[in-house]
Amino acid sequence: MVTFWVALLAISILIYLLLDGFDLGVGMLCGLAHSEAKRETMLHTVAPVWDGNETWLVVAGVIMWGAFPLAYATVMSAFYIPVIVMLLGLILRGVAFEFRGKALRSRWIWDVSFVAGSFAASFMQGAMVGALVEGLQFSNGDYAGGTFGWLTVFSALCGIGLCFGYSLLGACWLVRKCDGLVRDAARRQIPPLAIGVLMFLIVVFAYALAEHLPILQRWTDRPYLFLFPLVGAGAAAVLATSVLRHDDYWPFHMVALIFAAAFGTLALSFWPYMIPFVLTIDEAAAPHASLAFMFWGAGLFVFPLMLLYVAVGYRVFRGKSAPAVDHY
Amino acid sequence: MDPTALLLSRLQFAFTISFHIIFPAFTIGLAAWLTVLEAMHQYSGRPVYRTLFEFWLKIFGVAFGMGVVSGVVMAFQFGTNWSVLSKMSGPIQGPLLAYETFTAFMLEAGFFGILIFGRPRVPPWFYLFSTAMVALGTTLSAFWIMVNNSWMQVPTGYVLQNGQFVPDDWAQIIFNRVVWVRFPHMLLASYLTGAFCVAATGAWYVLRRTYRPEAHVMLRMGLALAAVLLPVQLFIGHLVGDYVHDYQPAKFAAIEARWHDEQPASEVLIAIPDSSTESNRYAISIPVLGSIIASMSLSSKEVGLSSFAPQDRPPVAIPFFAFRIMVGCGFVMLGLAWLGTWLGLKHRLERSRLLLWGIFLSFPLPWIAILTGWYTAEVGRQPWTVYGVLRTADAATPFLTASAATASLILFVAVYAFIFSFGTYYIYRLLRAGPAGLGGKSLDVPVPNRPMSLADKMPTIVEAGE
Repeated sequence: MVTFWVALLAISILIYLLLDGFDLGVGMLCGLAHSEAKRETMLHTVAPVWDGNETWLVVAGVIMWGAFPLAYATVMSAFYIPVIVMLLGLILRGVAFEFRGKALRSRWIWDVSFVAGSFAASFMQGAMVGALVEGLQFSNGDYAGGTFGWLTVFSALCGIGLCFGYSLLGACWLVRKCDGLVRDAARRQIPPLAIGVLMFLIVVFAYALAEHLPILQRWTDRPYLFLFPLVGAGAAAVLATSVLRHDDYWPFHMVALIFAAAFGTLALSFWPYMIPFVLTIDEAAAPHASLAFMFWGAGLFVFPLMLLYVAVGYRVFRGKSAPAVDHY
Repeated sequence: MDPTALLLSRLQFAFTISFHIIFPAFTIGLAAWLTVLEAMHQYSGRPVYRTLFEFWLKIFGVAFGMGVVSGVVMAFQFGTNWSVLSKMSGPIQGPLLAYETFTAFMLEAGFFGILIFGRPRVPPWFYLFSTAMVALGTTLSAFWIMVNNSWMQVPTGYVLQNGQFVPDDWAQIIFNRVVWVRFPHMLLASYLTGAFCVAATGAWYVLRRTYRPEAHVMLRMGLALAAVLLPVQLFIGHLVGDYVHDYQPAKFAAIEARWHDEQPASEVLIAIPDSSTESNRYAISIPVLGSIIASMSLSSKEVGLSSFAPQDRPPVAIPFFAFRIMVGCGFVMLGLAWLGTWLGLKHRLERSRLLLWGIFLSFPLPWIAILTGWYTAEVGRQPWTVYGVLRTADAATPFLTASAATASLILFVAVYAFIFSFGTYYIYRLLRAGPAGLGGKSLDVPVPNRPMSLADKMPTIVEAGE
């Protein structure tokens, strides 16, 4: 039962990363788009699906609360500031979808809040993951790091890295969904963004080596973990050739694969801990009665249904979505 | 725990949830109304239903968006500010919220996109189905939230093990009698909110002498629904009072401002409760009525607040006044709905301008009733978070500092005030522009082009109606 819920939590977080990743990425890239028409087109590629994408964050959150209440309570309270800033960012960018179309003179406000909200949410997510990797301060199982215990050079680096990563995913999404100028601009953005992500990985890895982060030991203990970076490198190679060939379809899937590989690496390095070296999955797990109750309804039947809604949603809005803006 | 941080956390929770409930209260009713409109249009082909559908869909979109984003906050705030509660009650509240997210949020989110953008891309039956699914999603969401909150009001079906509430009877948690009076109470409140907003908009257009056919439909449908639902709501409200009387006597005494045991008990209609002297000033009360309301008896003994230790008593003023405001709103709405429906049947409604003004200005009443009803329930539950088991003071995050809580509260107030003022302004502008505003360029959201649309292949009855 515990294994089932860990798996479902991991799947939900991965789906969230991929889905809200591209739509936060599109949000950040909107900051680079100069014309109203371009922004409109970009927004339109995510408008029908952002709400569902963001719901996966709630899915991951409630699975964590229901199945691993100790981990939920510890992580959320330790990350008080980043969680709240992330939520406010998501609020500002979320309402922008609806408000932008209704606004007249005030449209720029919602453009700004869309871009800024996307940045804030992405940065905080990256910083939280970074802080978990680096290790938070605990005494006797209680968080003892203070209000800003999560903020370090390393976690800030991870925040910036995730902004690059999401933007890369967003650019590939735009290449896949758009035509004309917007697609061409997005395609030109892929190489610098990809290089940014690569630089980030190198710096983070060097930092981890220099600081002897305990999580690195996992890699020497578990050599199979090197499989994931290999998959990532392969995906990066395909990404490079597909961008050069001006292919619209493959870049998105390759970046998604890189994300999945990175997520797999992290998840397996954490294993069997939920909060590294403080709280294991089994310690965090809810009593069997709770896990079983969730399993026999939500887990077994509704979860596949949720995947079906997502599939239906993306199928209805499949293909190139937005009108070309060549005439501008 | 720092008492300032505790107070700020309570204020923050109260603020964010009060803000949030405004939108679901509206969209639950509105989603159901949209489903009815779409079905009636597909069945009858009358264009007025389609016009109304498209019009209210825009308002629904804005309100729904604000409900979604403010709702995401709620799923995380338990952990950030109330970590002890979430650790202890996670095994019960967590799975209930998981069911909410799994069954409701995903349904809403999945079909909301189709509702807003998908009409040209799907066949009409599927569009109607999507509308119904969004409505079902909002209703299910309300159900799970009421199960969750009812467990905090009347905890049941659990054992306390290793400092956690471990569920041992889920059926009792979900099919508890308390859930089945409180859920209908909230659902009807949402339908009434929708009904009054629709009727008020109709009244506004009649007063402005525009959009006659649409205004006629809105007024009639809104008022008739409210006229039927309000008596039911008052009756269910009475049943909710019964559960409070049976399970939460201290809250009941606070609502009634009953300081001392009385037999038979009188009913305080209005007064200024004074907790320092444990008495009411300027009280107007009716003898024996208190016993009748509480126990359907002429002679029952009713418990007063002084029967409870001071540290176990809820504050009195908020539940007392909030309850009276809620009931007052209910009776005003009942009067408006009945009078309006009666005049409507006699074809005199459109000429009764005074009543139309009343209906127009009544649109905040259902929200005031919902908020004050929740204040009664939640403030009356104090000093407990989980009634009788976990005190609010013990439920908060122990290491949360007052400065962090101040910062987050200020941020929430600032951002919410900002989006609320723009959101209500945009909704007001949509309402003022009316159904014809749909063609207006500035207000229109461009429709995605439809290269692979299913709708291209099938002629729709929708287009015949336009």
